Amino acid sequence: MNTLVLMKMVPDIVEELEVGPDGKSLDLESLRLIVSERDDHALEQALLLKERRGGSVTTMAIESPDIDEILFTALAKGSDRAVKMVGAEPPLTTSEAAALLARVLPDVPNLMPVDLILTGCQAIDDLDGLLAPILAEQLRIPYLGVVTGVDAETGQGRATVFKEYAGGVRGEYAVSLPAVLGIQAAEKPPRYVPVAKVRSTMKSRTIDTVPAPPRDETSQLEILQMTKPEATGRAEMLEGSPEEVASKVADVLSARGLV
Amino acid sequence: MALTTTEPAEAATEITLDNLLESPQGRNLLTCIQCGVCAGTCPYGDVMDYPPRRIIGMLRAGLIEDVLVSDSLLHCVACYACMAKCPRGLRLTEVLLPLVKEQVFSRLPEIPAELQKALTNTLRYGNPMGESARKRAAWAKTAGVPIRVLSEDPRPVDVLWFVECYTSFHPRGQDNSRATAKILHALGVDFAILGNEEKCAGECARLVGEAGLFETLMDYHMALLHKYKFSRIITSGAHAYDAFKYEYPSLGFDHSVEHTTPFLAGRLDSLRPLLTRKLGYTVTYHDSCCLGRHNGFYEEPRRLLKAIPGVKLVEMPHNRINSVCCGGGGGGMWLDTYFKAKGRERLADRRVKEAVGTGADVLAISCPYEVSRFEDSLKVLGYDKRMVVRDVVELLAEAMEGAP
Repeated sequence: MNTLVLMKMVPDIVEELEVGPDGKSLDLESLRLIVSERDDHALEQALLLKERRGGSVTTMAIESPDIDEILFTALAKGSDRAVKMVGAEPPLTTSEAAALLARVLPDVPNLMPVDLILTGCQAIDDLDGLLAPILAEQLRIPYLGVVTGVDAETGQGRATVFKEYAGGVRGEYAVSLPAVLGIQAAEKPPRYVPVAKVRSTMKSRTIDTVPAPPRDETSQLEILQMTKPEATGRAEMLEGSPEEVASKVADVLSARGLV
Repeated sequence: MALTTTEPAEAATEITLDNLLESPQGRNLLTCIQCGVCAGTCPYGDVMDYPPRRIIGMLRAGLIEDVLVSDSLLHCVACYACMAKCPRGLRLTEVLLPLVKEQVFSRLPEIPAELQKALTNTLRYGNPMGESARKRAAWAKTAGVPIRVLSEDPRPVDVLWFVECYTSFHPRGQDNSRATAKILHALGVDFAILGNEEKCAGECARLVGEAGLFETLMDYHMALLHKYKFSRIITSGAHAYDAFKYEYPSLGFDHSVEHTTPFLAGRLDSLRPLLTRKLGYTVTYHDSCCLGRHNGFYEEPRRLLKAIPGVKLVEMPHNRINSVCCGGGGGGMWLDTYFKAKGRERLADRRVKEAVGTGADVLAISCPYEVSRFEDSLKVLGYDKRMVVRDVVELLAEAMEGAP
């Protein structure tokens, strides 16, 4: 079972997000990037599958700040190979990224065909989760999204895929391979890899690079405006001794006709 | 934090578990008389499969692998009790346990989720709680006294104050920092902080077995400290104190370092006239493992407390070398859920029961981990109306009524 995992960086929302001077995008100066959480789950799912059924895992990403650390971490966790697509001029919309990946994959030496392509089913800058289905469409292979578990016996040409629905209902699907899966959560939380292991991986392993193909796709979507949420009302904090606060609560309730 | 591929500077003879028994420290371990005092004094000795005595026995018998694949040593809260009581003077908590724990950590099939989050956060944000590194010095604006940040004003300074994580981000830890700033300012100390450039000193990463994370943090701080000129370092973190005193020197760190509590005790003559407000508290003091058993600072915090007008100091049965760990050391700070799942008593609960038993109304501490650990325990056990937790510096600042 040979699996390709696609990972990407997204804005880290621990830091304050600022709107850039164009009023349409995030301010890159103040931005800090972090690996997309669901992509981390996609990697974990691929590693679990490899441990269970054998085969190989290749992790791939489009060049972006700090991506090398993410790819080396993937190697340290057990990924067999890391590939970075270089030279794609940012910014890339999701559909542009999907088109570039679809076109570059056949050019990556000794990669294709793979049995499964796993990536996050969603990212905080791709709430519609478009990357995986667009990629599947471009590659003309099946897609299943919001996946929470995968199993596949080698040589069967198909995988069993699990999805969770509301009310504790679990769906089990059979999908022919190759296929693209959008991972919501791996069967187990992403593993921890000791920092020393990442550091030694950085010394002993390399990341393969592949040049980005020329872009001929222009996005059909245009961002008109980006603004911070505006506060429309504020909570009133009641302060004072417990007796004073209790009295203020009583006043508020009676003023609103609730008691 | 960016990981680098540079080799951390290593001591000429790096001790590993493989060559331990060939080193002087390791040969010393062979003199263990298997008396079991270590297991008897260990706060989790009754539930550990491999307390220090058995680890040494397994090491001698060539069966250490059994210890390494067990998660028994995750119970070790690095409280230095075994080391302090060992009749052979073996450096258990300093040498043997970190080496074994590093191997245990690397073999764990799964890192407990709470601990994993803390370690991931420490690598990425420089603090275990995952707060923005850009807000590390935000508390300084609420201190009420001017605080120089070296990145903004890099002139040489006498005292570089390494604030540490809980004292920078935790709301109650910030009370400690505001109090410390107020006292330093009132004493006329020429001090500055690293501000947002500071990260976790990393001692708990090392003692939970994540040595690579600790080395990354050490490398970072060694490069950072080279940028500035200062005469000495003080730190609010008892664990940071240990890191700077015992581990950073292996990378060439040669600055004088003091924890804020002994630092202030050394300036008690100047401080005493400022302590004008009578507090009227009965206080019991909890000796932190790092300051107490590991470094022998038993009297300094007590001298400070006794100098406060209206403070009556009472002792818990387990005090000084016999103090019971709050459970936060060696990564225990982020293993509460793991211990709970194992059905273990939270060590902070055990300690708080003893503190309440003294009849004191204030539990005084001087390690920033203890505020949240003991306050949580007071609430869980229903004692939060009878006792409050205060850092020694908070009590000092409270007694400085009228001082700037």
